[in-house]
Formats: sequence, structure tokens, C-alpha cells
Amino acid sequence: MNVTLSIDGKKVTVPEGTTVLEAAQQAGIFVPTLCHYEGLPPQSECRLCIVEIKGGRGLPASCTLPAKEGMEVATCSERVLEARKFLLQLLLCAHPADCKTCEKHGRCELQKLLSDYGVRDYENPMRARKQLVDKSSKAIERDLVKCVLCGRCVRMCRDVQTVGVYSFACRGLDSAVTTAFDKPIAETPCVSCGQCTIVCPTGALSEKESIDDVWTALQSGKHVVCQVAPSVRVSIGEMFGLPPGTIVTGQLVAALHRLGFAKVFDTDFGADLTIMEEGKELLEKLKEGKPLLSTSCCPAWINFVERFYPELIPQLSTTKSPQQMFGAIAKTYYAQKAGVKPEDMAVISIMPCTAKKMEAARPEMNASGAGRDVDFVLTTREAARMMMQAGIHLPSMQPEGFDEPLGEASGAGVIFGTTGGVTEAALRTASEVYAGKKLDKIEFKQVRGFDTLREATVEINGRKVKVAAVHTLGAARRILDEMKEGKAPYDFVEVMACRGGCVGGGGQPIPSREKRIEAIKARQRAIYAVDASLPVRKSHENPAIKKLYKEFLGEPGSEKSKKLLHTKLSPSKGYGV
Amino acid sequence: MTALVFRIGVGTCGLSAGAAEVRRALEETLAAEGAAKSGSTVKGVGCLGLCFAEPLVEVGGVLYGRVKPEDARLIAKAALEGEAVAAKALAKRDKCVLKGAEKVPPLSSQPFWALQFRDAFENCGVVDPKSIDDCIAAGGYEGLRKALKLKPAEVVAQVKAVGLRGRGGAGFPTAIKWELCAKAPAGEKFAICNADEGDPGAFMNRANLEGDPHKVLEGLIIAGYACGAGKGFVYVRAEKPLAAQSVKTAVEQAQAKGFLGKNILGSGFDFDVEVRLGAGAFVCGEETALIASIEGKRGMPRARPPYPAEHGLWGKPTNINNVETLAHVPNIFRRGAEWFAARGTAKSKGTKVFCMTGKISNTGAFEVPIGITLRDMVFKIGGGIPDGRKFKAAQSGGPSGGCLPESCLDLQMDYESLSEAGAIMGSGGLVILDDSTCMVDVARYFLTFTQSESCGLCTPCREGTVRMLDVINRIADGKGKASDVEELQRMGRIIRDTSLCGLGQTAPNPVLSTIRYFRAEYGEHVKGKKCPAGVCRMGAKK
Amino acid sequence: MPEKPKLASKAAAISRKHAAERGALIPVLQELQEEEGYLKPESLAEVSEQLKIPLSSIYGVATFYAQFRLEQPGKNIIQICSGTACHVKGSKKVLEEFEKELGIKAGETTQDKKFTLLSVRCFGACALGPIIKVNDDIYSSVAAGQAKGIIAKYGDKK
Repeated sequence: MNVTLSIDGKKVTVPEGTTVLEAAQQAGIFVPTLCHYEGLPPQSECRLCIVEIKGGRGLPASCTLPAKEGMEVATCSERVLEARKFLLQLLLCAHPADCKTCEKHGRCELQKLLSDYGVRDYENPMRARKQLVDKSSKAIERDLVKCVLCGRCVRMCRDVQTVGVYSFACRGLDSAVTTAFDKPIAETPCVSCGQCTIVCPTGALSEKESIDDVWTALQSGKHVVCQVAPSVRVSIGEMFGLPPGTIVTGQLVAALHRLGFAKVFDTDFGADLTIMEEGKELLEKLKEGKPLLSTSCCPAWINFVERFYPELIPQLSTTKSPQQMFGAIAKTYYAQKAGVKPEDMAVISIMPCTAKKMEAARPEMNASGAGRDVDFVLTTREAARMMMQAGIHLPSMQPEGFDEPLGEASGAGVIFGTTGGVTEAALRTASEVYAGKKLDKIEFKQVRGFDTLREATVEINGRKVKVAAVHTLGAARRILDEMKEGKAPYDFVEVMACRGGCVGGGGQPIPSREKRIEAIKARQRAIYAVDASLPVRKSHENPAIKKLYKEFLGEPGSEKSKKLLHTKLSPSKGYGV
Repeated sequence: MTALVFRIGVGTCGLSAGAAEVRRALEETLAAEGAAKSGSTVKGVGCLGLCFAEPLVEVGGVLYGRVKPEDARLIAKAALEGEAVAAKALAKRDKCVLKGAEKVPPLSSQPFWALQFRDAFENCGVVDPKSIDDCIAAGGYEGLRKALKLKPAEVVAQVKAVGLRGRGGAGFPTAIKWELCAKAPAGEKFAICNADEGDPGAFMNRANLEGDPHKVLEGLIIAGYACGAGKGFVYVRAEKPLAAQSVKTAVEQAQAKGFLGKNILGSGFDFDVEVRLGAGAFVCGEETALIASIEGKRGMPRARPPYPAEHGLWGKPTNINNVETLAHVPNIFRRGAEWFAARGTAKSKGTKVFCMTGKISNTGAFEVPIGITLRDMVFKIGGGIPDGRKFKAAQSGGPSGGCLPESCLDLQMDYESLSEAGAIMGSGGLVILDDSTCMVDVARYFLTFTQSESCGLCTPCREGTVRMLDVINRIADGKGKASDVEELQRMGRIIRDTSLCGLGQTAPNPVLSTIRYFRAEYGEHVKGKKCPAGVCRMGAKK
Repeated sequence: MPEKPKLASKAAAISRKHAAERGALIPVLQELQEEEGYLKPESLAEVSEQLKIPLSSIYGVATFYAQFRLEQPGKNIIQICSGTACHVKGSKKVLEEFEKELGIKAGETTQDKKFTLLSVRCFGACALGPIIKVNDDIYSSVAAGQAKGIIAKYGDKK
């Protein structure tokens, strides 16, 4: 049933149950918000989205007000504007005054609101929030004094990711959003997915920066190479004002060359490698009759299993992530070919992910024996900032190609960037290589999309294989609980911790308010477009991969493969004990 | 020697005044005199309605006040011999069996008693709250019996016909609340009794639960029946442990007698009750915060709509009523609609318990027909202002309410009139202030309270009330600016309009109302830099 | 790491007892505090484990409600009511007198851990204010001058 209401004089018709905020958005009116975030349950606590209803009392918050037939809404009447400005003054009084030294300067939602509303000053002295700086985690940093108590991180971490690192604590003016007993993040069950840094409107939560470390490496005289994740090429353009989903692969490679990287390689190569190894694993597991929990490429997901479902570790794929496989191969195979000693090399990866920083630092990720296989990780956001520091305007660059021998990748490698991509890539190889016959169609559309759970049943070697792809850890938890009860008969499960998969990762550009989910979907579409445009679309047909096995690894699952490309996982305690 | 019942008030008030020792003295005396042979007993009861004279002992129709243990021995001995101790007596009931009480003033002729009408409190101070049999003998659960013979919709209709309004503060028509919940899709539903009573100065719920928990429980069961609920909760403030214990015992006794559980009184209606303790948060008196608390979460309110009747506890339709509201329900069925509607005004039927405290001679919980004037409350029931001081104002509705100055003395105490005057009925807490009180200090006191109880979720309440407090503190310290009063009004208006819940929405009320009626006093603080009542330490170091 | 496994298991036992109830967290915390005097981090970690509620949420609940203590209180807990009626009758002076006699401010515990002083609202005995409570004993119409005597009454208790 639909209802028709009028917002600022404009008639809008929406389904019953729609909020006034959503209805206004439909009419092109973006009522200011701070605590509201698309996809998170609304809390209506910042009170900035207040509106005036004709015949109503007070100024209700539009984010939770259901639209009713015949309602007359004013989103910026004199009363509303006065109140909104007062509320912003209150928020200003509880916030540090100096934006210049804040990493969110220029991209802060509070700053924009204060600027839009012309809030310059408020005479009363500032009441500081709780002061706490936490740099304990390898992926995420906290600076509580910048917190505006919007609670988005709480809702994201507790309700969507079901990890629950943050909560509101204390009461009234002493309220804070913090961890249990204010423990450093490194001592909590945090899985480093970084979704909290995506939703935080201010500089209270951000990724741990590695920009300075990378500059140092580039200027050190070492042979510095980088690998670029699939998601980066369809999203880094947003940092330069391009629409979400703009494919800028060529310009990105050129920009990285200009920054000083000796070679710019493609993580998708590592992804193809992962499929080769994991495909073999899948078949072994099918023989055993046990499900394979895939996507070792998602470190947050791996952390999640190690923390909350250690008993399921035997079901996890033992393959490393594409990033780490790449690092191991770069400092062995490539180093040999290039005649460089691995100690004289640095491998930098550019990732849509914050957890990758933590993954690169795991002590076991040292297969080359020359220190970390991946030295530093830059998020998409950091990579763009480095380019800006160097005066490089990415959109203006002349496209260049990835370097050999680790720059060639199939379409299957590219689709790792989206939820459902790993499944599809695995199916393309598993069904063909191990079933022994060529596939007529290689697109498995059933596992594409934005639903939290997508299923498909595929025939491999005469056997029906049931696969599932999920995104967000909350959905993962549901599936794991079902599996524990014996209710989910999947043979293969792909989990990506972030919404939409890596394209929605914790290190990605933060979409503007009007396009939060739409941006992720646009990037997903771009990923599939890149896949469709490539000549080689299956991992096992990638000539560079074939060469690597022929010259160096032997075959999937060989001793060398096991040493370089596989890893061991173990349970970890949540609260640091 | 006829069997005598010695009633002694052992509610929180009585105990705090030393009633435990007085009770021991009575029991020892009775034992020494061999009174058990005649069946004389000591009965611990709840609020007798003369809180200002606790400890209270009543025997044979004679009421004794401010009883000390020595007095108790005297009184007991005399009563067992059929005599009153007139010198220690406060008043006598119409039916008095003791001799020598001729000169003792009859209770019914005392203005403070004559104007009262005990309905919710009818059994408080009469029955032993720990004995369900005593309560049943006094008419307990008769209302439930009658209500269960009707259909739920008829129960709602009866309550609608008498016009019962919520006694917790807002005065919302109870029957409509029940109807909304009953109309929600069938399935799991809940009925909650809100006994959080956080208003400082309000203790009518506490007294009700200590004195006659079965009446409230009976009301809750009837409410559950009308709404289609299968489970009830009584949410009691942790700071009132005696009341909580009283309800717990009552629930156990009701379960044993079949008034709770499956197929109550053979009606086919299943209902059971769980007692939950609050944990020290005033905001949990707000419906959605209370619900969050029962769910085991921080007591942070939620946006309404959706209202609890549609989407409440664990997402299910939930009806929440105040203790006093529920206490009125049994009599509507036991004594009938006309009886209830015989008191009160056209729009606000029935009686209300007001707790009068502060600078007043007779402090206590007084149940009066709605519509009584403030003047009668203060001077007839309250006995006027002690120590030769003058009436300055009555704060009505606690920290969410407003003040009523001398010019409002002839105001009828009903929901609409109070609201128009800038105050609220609220829970019924009335704090009387005399001319030694500074109204700026009063506003500051209330704002400090709401500020410290703010849950901290929404911007206006968390940050806005402290801004108002800064300004008031500045005024009280003699540093007020000329624009401060207007600024307080402006901020108050915005906070009232934009806060998420009732706590924030009503937090500015005491400030706005004291400014409305005592503007001149604010003026003296700001311009004259002095406090006429001599309370504020202007310019003094803290 | 729990120092005394016996204590942690109390938390586990209480949690298990209530595990089947909905919304059992607050009754569990109330019972736990009754048992142990206050809420210890390792006990809360145990509750988190048993009830499957994130520890951060439990911490959030424990710090929200005034009743819960995360630090060991003194042997005797003195609560001075500062509700409206008591305030009007002069409870502020009573509080100040107790603060002076004990040498601490409201919310603090004495060095010798004998007394914790709290300012609270409201016991509901407003007709007879100022009201104070020491442990389970309630006193009415308290005058500032009585502070010393009341403290002495409890000072020697073990």
C-alpha cells in the first residue's frame, strides 16, 4: 500500500512503512543527518534530521518517522533551521577546535555540516569528550576526543558484523563509545575489517597509516614493487572526483610508476594462483564429504573464524590470500628472474582493506625467509593521498600496462573484488579442469548481487555441488551456526567480511552520503565489466600462471606450493588472554 | 477481652522513623500480657495516610502518632484493658471501641482527612500486605473475578466508559492504550507495571506496593486480560527494595492461589508475572527505556512511533501502565463504573494520590478526588506552611514539571488546568516551597538532576541541558548577563522540541515555569546581582 | 586471567542459572554484585562467555546504571538522599557534614576502606526527609549534627 505526502510543498508517493527521511530522499531532498547510515538500523539520536509536521507537536526526527497519508512536512522551516543550528553549536562545543591537524580534514561530515550551516562560534567553553588515543591495532586507530557519539560504529560492529568491539558506555555527559574497559583494540576480538572506519563521520576512527613507511622504502634505493588489488582499479578514481565504478586501471598503473615503483604488478595474478590451489583443495574436500570454507583471501573473515569458531578451522582453506601468495612468489620466483636479492626488495600492496595490514604482519607470512613477504599495505585512500602529495592527478595520466611477469591476470582473478567472485572464479576452474570438459557458459549469475546470501547448485564431475556466497560477518555467523547444527549442507562457502565484498572494503574511498550503497553496487558492476572485457577469463588459462607452475612450482599442491602458498591457522582469544 | 488488632505502619516511612522497635515493643507487651489467648495480634501494615506522624499505631479505632517504644507499651496495655490513652492519641475513627477517647478528635472531621478519598489506597494501612487471605477478605481479586466473566473487549469498554487516565504522568486514556495493544496482531504480548517511580518527592507507588501489592497485581492481571497478554512484568526501582520484596511475595501467593498461572479462575486465561528490579536510572521510568532495561540493555529510549503497543518488548505488542493506574482498575469492576466516576472532573474522573512534601506541616501521600484546588491541598490537607513562613510555590510533577505560585492557589488540580499553567500532573509529586526558597536555585536543582540522569543518547538533552545549567549557574553566581533569561527560554524551547524522549522534552520545564512566574526574581539575580531569598552565594567562591 | 578460578565460576554459575531467561543480563549482574560486592572484569568476561553477549555491551550496561560498581566499595555504604523533598529540608548540609567527617567527597571511598559515601535519589520516604541509608538501615529526619554519631555506630564493625 502506498501513501502520498507532501515534503516542502512537493508531493511524494512511497510504500507504507517508508520513513520521512527516505521519502524526502526520493524527492531529491537530503535532510542533514549525522547518526543515520544507510543499511544500519536508525537511532534518531543526533536529532539533526528533525522536521516540522503541520499540526504536529515538537520537531520529530525524520529518520524514524513513518510517512503517513496526507502528512505535510517542512524540512527547513524557520523553527527547524534554528533548532538544527543550535544542535550543531552544541556538537561544536563538544569537539576539538583544531581541524588542521585532523586526518579527516576536508572529508569530515561534521565539518561539512558546520560549514553548510554557517556555525562559526559558540561562546561557551568547550566541554571535552573523553580523551583516549589507541594505536595498538595494526589496522585501525582510535582518537576518542573526535567522537560525536553517533553510534554508527557500534551498530556496524555489533549488529552487522556481530563482533561487538564497541559499545556506548557510561551515561549523560560522560557517555563515550569505547571498548570493554577501554581496552586497546589489539586486546579485543576486533577482526580488523575496518568497516568502522568507513562509517565514522569524523576522524575518531581511521586506518593505521603506512604512507611514510612507503615513501621511505621508495627513497631507500631498494627494488620496490607493488601489487594492486582488483577493487582498487574501479574505485580509486572516486578520490579524484570521478563517479563510483569508473575503471581507471591504466591511469592507476601509470600513476604508480610515476610514484617510483620499479614494477607495478596485479594482485589478480595472485588471485588466479589462489584458484589453482584452492580448486584442488575443493576436490579433496568433496571426496572427504566435508564442506570447504573458502575465501582465505579475507583476513577479517579468517580472524573471525579463529576467534569465534576455532572448531571449524579444519574446514578452512589452507591457501594464503592472493596478497600473501603474491608476496611469497615476488620475493622468490620474481626475485630470481630479476636477479635481485629478496632482502633488497620491498613489496607494497595497495588494497581496499584494512585487515590486510594486519595480515601482512602475521609472523608466519615470511615464506621467502627475507622478512615480511609483503612489507607494507596501503589502503586505496592512502594510495590516492600519496599521489596527491606527489602532485599526480590520476585521471590525467596516460594509461600504462601492468609489468611482466606478475602482471597478467584472468577475469576470474578480477572478480575476487566482489562478493560471489571467488565462488564464480573457483567454479570456472573446478568445473572445467577437474570435470575435464569445457564450460558452455562461464558466468554464474546466481552467485552475483547484493543479497547477504546467494546460493547455487553446480554439477562437477557428475556430482551436485552446493555453493553459497555471503557478505558481512553477521551473515557468516548465521551460516556457521547452521553448519554447526548440521542444517546447512553446503560444499563450498565463500565469505567476505565487508558489504559487497572487497569493493566495499574498510580501506575504500568513503562514498558520499547520497550514494552509500549505490557506490558499492557501481563498483561491483565495474568489476564484472572488466572481467567481461578480458581475453582470458579462467584462472587455469592464464599463460603467466601456466608458466609459473611449469618453471617454478610444479603443480598445485606440490611441496613447493605447500611451502610458499599455504599456511596454518590457529585459534585466538578475543580478550587478549 | 475482645480480640484487638494492633496495626503498625511498617512501610519504608515507618521503618525510617523507627517503627521496627515500636513493633517489637508492642509484640513484647502483648506476649507479656498473655494477649494471644483473646486472639489479639499485631499486624504490620502499609501507609496509613499520616506519613508526617510516623511511627503510627492504630488499635480499636484510635490512631496514635509519633509513637516511641515506651509509648507503645503504654498504649498496648491500656488497649488490652479497653482504654485509650487520649493524651497520646492523634485521632479516632468513626467506629471506636476504646473508652476514654471522647476528647480525641474524630479523623473524619479533620480537614486533611475529610477531603481525601482512598480508592487506590483503600486497603493500605488496613490489611496485612503479606497475607493474601487478609487482602481477599477485604475484597481482593473480586474485581478480577468479575472482569474475567466479561470478554476482553467488554473489559476495555468498561474502563473506557469511566474515563480512567494514566496516573504515571501523561494522563493518556488507559482504555485506548489497552485497545491499541489488543488490536495488534495476535501472538505474544506483554503487560508491564511501571513501578520505577524515579521522581524525587514521589512515593505513592512505593507506598501502594508496600501497603497493598495485591490490588496492583489484580489490576495488572485484568490489564493483561484486556490486552491479550500472556506475560506480565513488574519493574520496580532498585532504591525501593521493600516495595520490590512486597510484590515478589504477592506474586508467589497469587500463583499459589491460582490468580496467576494457567486457566485463571477457570476462565481459560493464562498469565504469569515476573518481577524485575531497576538498576538506578531515572530514565527507565520512560516506557521505551524501561523496555530496553528488561531486555538487558542500557536504558536508552527509542523513537516513537512505533509505540510499545505495536512494537515493544522484544518487538512484541506491549502495554505499560503505572502502578496507580492499575490500582484503580479492580474497583472499577468490583464496585462498578458509576462508583469510580462519581469523583473527579468531567475530563479527569476518579482520584489521584499526591505526595506532598517540603515546607508543609502535614507531609505524606494523600488520595484526593481530581479537581481539588491547590489551596485546599496546601492549607486544608497540608495544614499550611510551618515556622510562620509564607507559601511561595508548589512544584508539581517533579523534575519534569513546573511551579505553581500564589496566583495559582485556586487552580483545580486536573490534567488540563495544570498543563495550561505550565506545570504537569506528572506522578503527583508536590513539593511545597516557602519564602525562604530561591526559585533560581530550585530551577538549578532540577536541571542538575535531569542533567545527571540524562542517558546521553541525543544531542539536545545531553549537551543542551548542560548549556542551560551553565547559564543558570552564572546567574546564581551573580555573573548573569542581560540576555541570559531570553537565552534560557530559547534553549529550553529547542530542547523541548527536539529531544528524543520525555526526559529531555520536559527537562526545561522547571526553568521555563520559574521564569514565567518569577521573572522579577531572575531579574534581581541578573541586574541587581543579589538573591532575595538569601540562598544563592552570589560571587562567593564555590 | 582470573586470579581465583573459584570466583570466576560463581559468575558462570549465576549466568547458567539465568541463561534460559530472556533479557537476563541485569538480574545476573545484580546477583553477581550481591555475591562479590562489585563487578569484577574477569567475572564479567565469564558472563559474556556464558550468555553470549559481547563484553563491550556488558561493560556498557554495567557503566550505565548507578547501582553497579566496578570497584570494590568500602565495608559500609552510606547513601544520602538528595531528592527534592530531602533537598528542601536541608540534605545538602547533611551530605557536607558526612563529607567533612569522613574526609572524602560523595562517590569516593575512605582510605581505610571502611566507608563509601554516595549521593543518591530517591528512597521514597520523602515525607520524613532528610533520609540516609547505611547498608540496609534507613534513618529519617537526619540532621547534619548526627553524622558523627552515625559514622561511629558503624566504624567499629568488622
